Amino acid sequence: MQEAKEQASARDFTSPQVLEPWTGIKKVAHEEYYTSGHRTCQGCESAQMMRLLAKAAGPRTIVVGATGCMYVANTTYYSTPWVLPWMHTQLGSAGSAATGTAAGLRALMRKGKMDKEPINVIAVCGDGGGADMGLSAISAALQHTQYNLLVMLYDNESYANTDIQISGSSPYGVNTSFSPPGKLHRIMHKHWKKNTAPMLAVGHPDCRYVATVVASNAVDTLNKVRRALSIGGPTFLHSLNPCPKGWDYDPKYSQQIGELAVETGIWPLYEIEDRKLKMYGKSQHIASGVVKRKPVSEYLLRQGRFAHFTQEDIARVQARTDEMWEKWFLPGVIALSGA
Amino acid sequence: MSAVDTAIPTPKKSPLDVVIAPRTENEELISGSEAIAHAVRLANVDVITAYPIRPYDTVMQYVSKMIADGDFDCEFIVAESEHSQFEIVKHASAVGARVFAGSSGVGWFYAFEALAVTAGLRLPMVAMVGNRALDDPGAFGVEHNDALAVRDLGWMLCWVSTAQEALDTALIAYRVAEDPRIFLPCAISCDGAFLTHSQSIVKVPSQAMVDSFLPRYDRGDKRLHPDNPITIAPQVNEDWLMEMRRQSDEAARRASDVLIEAYRDFNAKFGRGGEPFIERYMMDDAEVALVGMGTMAMPVKVAVRKMREQGKKVGFVRVRWFRPFPTRELQDALADVHAVGVIDRDFSFGSAFFSGVLANELRSALYPAKKKNQPKILSFIAGLGGREVSTGNVMKMTKTVFDAANGVGTDAQDTYWIGARE
Ligand SMILES: Cc1ncc(C[n+]2csc(CCOP(=O)(O)OP(=O)(O)O)c2C)c(N)n1
Ligand code: SF4
Ligand SMILES: [Mg+2]
Repeated sequence: MQEAKEQASARDFTSPQVLEPWTGIKKVAHEEYYTSGHRTCQGCESAQMMRLLAKAAGPRTIVVGATGCMYVANTTYYSTPWVLPWMHTQLGSAGSAATGTAAGLRALMRKGKMDKEPINVIAVCGDGGGADMGLSAISAALQHTQYNLLVMLYDNESYANTDIQISGSSPYGVNTSFSPPGKLHRIMHKHWKKNTAPMLAVGHPDCRYVATVVASNAVDTLNKVRRALSIGGPTFLHSLNPCPKGWDYDPKYSQQIGELAVETGIWPLYEIEDRKLKMYGKSQHIASGVVKRKPVSEYLLRQGRFAHFTQEDIARVQARTDEMWEKWFLPGVIALSGA
Repeated sequence: MSAVDTAIPTPKKSPLDVVIAPRTENEELISGSEAIAHAVRLANVDVITAYPIRPYDTVMQYVSKMIADGDFDCEFIVAESEHSQFEIVKHASAVGARVFAGSSGVGWFYAFEALAVTAGLRLPMVAMVGNRALDDPGAFGVEHNDALAVRDLGWMLCWVSTAQEALDTALIAYRVAEDPRIFLPCAISCDGAFLTHSQSIVKVPSQAMVDSFLPRYDRGDKRLHPDNPITIAPQVNEDWLMEMRRQSDEAARRASDVLIEAYRDFNAKFGRGGEPFIERYMMDDAEVALVGMGTMAMPVKVAVRKMREQGKKVGFVRVRWFRPFPTRELQDALADVHAVGVIDRDFSFGSAFFSGVLANELRSALYPAKKKNQPKILSFIAGLGGREVSTGNVMKMTKTVFDAANGVGTDAQDTYWIGARE
């Protein structure tokens, strides 16, 4: 740790840390910075995402986390799993918390009030906190090119901590405590999932790095985090995190369900670096036609939250997913099509 | 200085006291907002966040120009909302940065969640509130309900009445807010237009003078940093929240003595500053007193002088600090008067006797005073939305207070709306 610090302070504090990619599972560091003590559900992929995030970032990092499961279930007083310095921020404040932390460090270092060293600043928020309430603050953070910071949105497709309610990031038709199927309305939630990562990438021309990740793709996830922290300026990662409680499946299938989201084309994996889009992993194979997408029913029918779906509902999701890949201007990413 | 002051133990000499910088000050014709901008520059603030709303935002115009001209180095962030504005500085404070922000009216309310947790987390911050009505209905003018809304949360809260006092109080605010015995945010309220935009001659101190008064902000083992990997604001629930609230209460209680220390040192170094919590104006042999905050002092002092010329024994007490509330000082200052007229530039609909916020607070402060003849307390609601309060208005109020003192024609708990159309 001391060695890492000395190496770091040799560099200009305004540049980000250089975190080289780990070229395979055997090269991944052994140290964990998110450990025991959390009280998330068994099989919680959001918690797994926190572990990967902390591991990839390493010890010279400050994490701020918005309200949500990764706060309430995660940081019980006296049993926090965070080995890194961690601070709570308000539900809609991930973008502001990252900005404030980075601004404070920068001013103190520039004015000689603190040892100079590049320190990673990461803000974590859920889909409710990030894609709904805190969207404007994240948008503002992505414009502050003078700060090196990463906003990681962990998407469990609901306001999970308050007992699973629909957010703007919830999938079509999903059964939640605010969108229960009923006698008159089988489908209460009629919105399509918000396309947050491309919206932020396209809308913020100075943001150099946006990527989507899933915890079942662990090495890729680690390296996307490392890239996001090394490239400089504000960056954004959007992770899809299966949630056994909200999605209603046996916790042991969390990783499988994450994989199915990718294999059915519902959750495309891509990175956008300096405005260049690159699909990766199984999504790349889907995009290039090497692999055929699995039918969405394989994903939907594994989860109790879609148990009320009829064949018609499944067909509808399939049709919209096909459209994503066959009609969109950038297949799977940008929901525009040519005239 | 009053009798109560001598009861406070003299603070231990701080190493800062050893060096007294020569009193070199520049006289400048500036507004209240510009005076606070100078204080922020002299305090060498590290992170400032801005968002436009009248009338406070003039301070940010001055600050940004100082930065643009290279007179002052700090991170200056124009946030995308007041909520973010205050969240950003909250987090900057957690890593040890000295911070400044401000707002007015509904902007202050937009930030409310951040304001609540800043105090709850014991994060020092100095904010300027350019007091403004909470529109709708649309109004730019001053009312005090914006700043007063944080009165129960752990914010220190004061009203200043001149540009000089604004500058001086901002320096004192940093010293007290960042004192490890306190670690609480502090809001400096400036009446919109009457102070934010009105110019007067202000002594702007030298950097050396300020440096000799204001130590650096040091969070010690509470600083969020990789070398100090603490968890801030964990989920505590009923297991710990009560103890943490109690700690905030203790800090708020300590604030009075720490403020007195700071004023004592400020008076010694700058030759001004006055009595910390209240200003007593012509109170020596007063039979009745008016009480108010901020620039209400302007018409009231003029009226009191005129009435004194007519032989009426009336005085004025200006409440400078609302949090901590100067209970002892007000009990002392009002010990010998027969009736008090509290002039509120705010409202508290449905409250006890439908009085203003200050009037209600003063009533509860005087209630347990060990005295047989409690003064009668009248509440006046005046100057809402920036409406002018004239010396004539003040004289009329004073007549009502004298009547109450003489037991004529009024119920002592009445609340009067001044200058409102029927
Ligand atoms: C301003 C505010 N409104 C509402 C809440 C209540 N609340 C606490 S956690 C939470 C759910 C957040 O959902 P999300 O951001 O998706 O995170 P998750 O719980 O799913 O991990 C809500 C609504 C709050 N803490 N703050
Ligand atoms: S409800 Fe979902 S996101 Fe929350 S802790 Fe449980 S599995 Fe994780
Ligand atoms: Mg969620």
